[in-house]
Amino acid sequence: MNWFDQIHHIGPAFALLLGAGVVMGADLVRPGRAPILSLTLLSLLAGFAWAIWQVLAGTNGPAISGAVVVDEFALFFTFLLIGVTAAVVIVTAEGLSRAEPRPEFFALLLTAAGSMVLLAQAQDLIAIFVFLETTSVSQFVLAGIARDDRSSEAGLKYLLAGAVAAAVLLYGFAFLFGLSGTTSLDGIATFVSSNAGGTELALVFGFVLVAAGLGFKMSIAPFQAWVPDVYEGAPTTVTSFLSVASKAAGFAVALRLFYTGLGGADTFIAEHWAALFAVLAGASMTFGNAAAILQTNVKRLLAYSSIAQAGNVAVGLAAVAASGAAGPSAVLFFLATYAATNLGAFFCVIVVSERIGSERLADYAGLIRRSPAVAVVLLLCLLSLTGIPPTAGFLAKLYVFNSAVQTGIDWMVILVAVAVLNSAVSAFYYLRWARTMVLDDPVDETPFRATAPVQGLLGLAAFGVLFFGLAPSSLLQAAQRAAANLL
Amino acid sequence: MLTVFLLLPLVGALTVLTLPRDNEGNARWVALFYSVLTFIMSVAIFIRFDPDNPGYQFVDRFEWIQGGDTGFTVQYALGVDGLSAPLVLLTGLLSLAAVLVSWNIDLRPKQYFAWLLVLETAVAGVFLSLDLIQFFFFWELELLPMYMLISIWGSGRPRYSAMKFLLFTMGGSAFMLVGFLVLGLSAGTFDIAVLATEAGRPLDAVIPLSVVFWLVMAAFLVKLPVIPVHTWLPDAHTDAPTAVSVMLAGVLLKMGGYGILRIALPIMPDQARDFGVVLAIIAAASVIWGAILTLQQRDLKRLVAYSSVSHMGYVLLGVSALGAVGLSGAALQMFTHGTITGLLFIVVGLIYDRTHTRQISDMSGLLHRMPVLGVVMIIAGLASLGLPALSGFVAEFTVFAGTIQAHPAATIIAVFGVVLAAGYILWAVQRVFTGPPDERWTGLTDAREWWEYTAMASMLIFIVGVGVYPRLLTDVIESGVEPIALLVQAVA
Repeated sequence: MNWFDQIHHIGPAFALLLGAGVVMGADLVRPGRAPILSLTLLSLLAGFAWAIWQVLAGTNGPAISGAVVVDEFALFFTFLLIGVTAAVVIVTAEGLSRAEPRPEFFALLLTAAGSMVLLAQAQDLIAIFVFLETTSVSQFVLAGIARDDRSSEAGLKYLLAGAVAAAVLLYGFAFLFGLSGTTSLDGIATFVSSNAGGTELALVFGFVLVAAGLGFKMSIAPFQAWVPDVYEGAPTTVTSFLSVASKAAGFAVALRLFYTGLGGADTFIAEHWAALFAVLAGASMTFGNAAAILQTNVKRLLAYSSIAQAGNVAVGLAAVAASGAAGPSAVLFFLATYAATNLGAFFCVIVVSERIGSERLADYAGLIRRSPAVAVVLLLCLLSLTGIPPTAGFLAKLYVFNSAVQTGIDWMVILVAVAVLNSAVSAFYYLRWARTMVLDDPVDETPFRATAPVQGLLGLAAFGVLFFGLAPSSLLQAAQRAAANLL
Repeated sequence: MLTVFLLLPLVGALTVLTLPRDNEGNARWVALFYSVLTFIMSVAIFIRFDPDNPGYQFVDRFEWIQGGDTGFTVQYALGVDGLSAPLVLLTGLLSLAAVLVSWNIDLRPKQYFAWLLVLETAVAGVFLSLDLIQFFFFWELELLPMYMLISIWGSGRPRYSAMKFLLFTMGGSAFMLVGFLVLGLSAGTFDIAVLATEAGRPLDAVIPLSVVFWLVMAAFLVKLPVIPVHTWLPDAHTDAPTAVSVMLAGVLLKMGGYGILRIALPIMPDQARDFGVVLAIIAAASVIWGAILTLQQRDLKRLVAYSSVSHMGYVLLGVSALGAVGLSGAALQMFTHGTITGLLFIVVGLIYDRTHTRQISDMSGLLHRMPVLGVVMIIAGLASLGLPALSGFVAEFTVFAGTIQAHPAATIIAVFGVVLAAGYILWAVQRVFTGPPDERWTGLTDAREWWEYTAMASMLIFIVGVGVYPRLLTDVIESGVEPIALLVQAVA
């Protein structure tokens, strides 16, 4: 494999990271006058095009000494992450929500996105750890970028929590490496399935540590403590990125590690992590929903809601015993539709806070009369988060629950019952928000609207929420093909 | 055809909303136009329905989620059988009446009529759905207009009552959704007809079917409602505008009974048989306790509301026997209660429009001031207490005939409900309409508007018609319940 082939295998990420450098360099050459936004979008477009090229060329298999791999699973996340990043970049360029469209902002976004793409490709413990760190470091800075107290606090909290999580993860990796003598996921899988006597306990211990470290990224309970403060304090554009892209990357690593690295459903360890994630899923959604009910700040509400939603996704992670790849494919479908839904909701919040200067739930009173378009998109997103048909959120939950029922394990079905009852609880706060927008009288009646690019994105989010709710086939099949790579 | 029927009110709602803002009074005419059209369609469906043909008719379906992708199918599927055809007719009829009795609404009429029409689509969707997911969708969709209608156009404590209604129903339906998911996902299909066959029924559900049965029943029993989960009903009724009370008592409660007959019994017949006695006990308790509560009411509208609890107990009683006769009685009772209580709420609403009080003690001798309303109220009351030749008698008699052998004790207790019903109805009529005329009410007028007459007459026709000639409905209903009865008994 020549050097270009190696680069071709990490092409999309290469384009994004190169773009980050170009953006910073351009700002050095022509301070303040460089076409930062165009360069950023160009780099995203290049990454996108390269991913298409990989698809068309049928690129497949490992590269860089087996550290990364190109497969449909990686490509699924590549497209998802590039799309999410592009949306966040466009909103940021509008100069909304305390995040000035400065070059370092875009460069950091590109770095984070590039690292996440690599994370979805990583096949090796060391690669996973390195890319996880580059992702985290970019995001620490992004969270603290607004240079005010709230933002700095958010950045610092994220940094500290992230450092602890990284340490725990590394400790877990040390166990896996120490036992198996290899850092490659395939090698670890071989070791696990050979089931060498006497190492079970140490393996389980190592994997629990890994789950804890990744739990931070996925923001599932009990590793969620940082979420509300960081989500609230960070500029909302960054929050939207964290809640969607970072979480997706976390789940991508978890799927890769547990399905590929721990040998999938057939090994003794599968039932351990199924049980562990089932408990974490139940805890996440119950805690997230209970806390979300009490919130009066919409960003904090969405923060707790994202913890609860992560619990829903984790149900799919626990459904390892389901036939085929029902669990992982449901997770992928969920993450993709959740991206559209949650970005839509956060962008609406950005538009509204920019205009009314408030993140208080009560200030959304009568939004439907002030800005009907924004209110309707937000309503759709809230319905989708609640999981009401015919929105995509409903199907996402249905698929995840289906994978749990397919396992045929009684406590998985009980988990589904817990999840559905939790959805009913979540309806309370999502729909209360909707009610405030529709029924309450606005204090201030002046109408307002989003700028054209943001309107376009909101329209796209609404379209995604409805389209994947009504015609899920294409996305679902893509998710299934991607998930099949894990087995 | 059914899709058109289902979407017609929704199109009407959108049309109403697009009316120019300065001419909101036209909203009622547009709403009337669409509800008349829907009513005509519902009559057409009922007449063209062929009782000799078992199974669903006028079916519209396509697969929404293909089984190949996921291992389970979800469909958009509409159809009517002998069980749903009368309820479709009832929906068309009561929606029309609801629009008529809302003629004088002047607070945001556009929105009001739009929600009323959306409500009609949602309720019709429940009765027409042949797929559990779709059923659930319409079941939940109905909450939205109800919440809006009660909380914006209600009186008293509308927001409290609307929220209470919402929480009770959603609480129940969350359990129902768990049940549906376990049923559908373990069987690989959400098609109600397939699930109700021997082959399609999920046998090996991981959660025992007896648990699933009660999960699903939770939603239906709250909706019906039975003691002790009935407390949302009097609040919602009392604070709702007249038209919404009519819809609530007339069709929404029937969603509960319909769900039991359409989903709980055919899909889980073993469990239904196991728990038949429990259902009978709950039913008898609802009938008697509901009637006792009714006797204590001082507010005329609350009185009618509580009487619904008692009367819907008969529906459950008919179901609990699990035989063809009891089930037809239950289905018939759903229809007749819809028309009778709908009419009672209309009259109570019209009286309230004039007196601005609903306290029974404030009224006296109203028959002198409003003879037409009084006579209609008396007829509806007599029908409600089960006077022969009116429709209530036929339904209740069939219920008792169907259950006396299966659950003699519960039936005998429930028969006393009829005595109590005679008590509360006649006592209320006596207090409100007879006695010395109160001079406060001297200036009041009787019913005189065309819409008042039309609304009352449309109900009366069905009350008297079914009472005199029950076969109008029973042929159709029997064709619908017999397959269910066979299913439940076949497994024995």
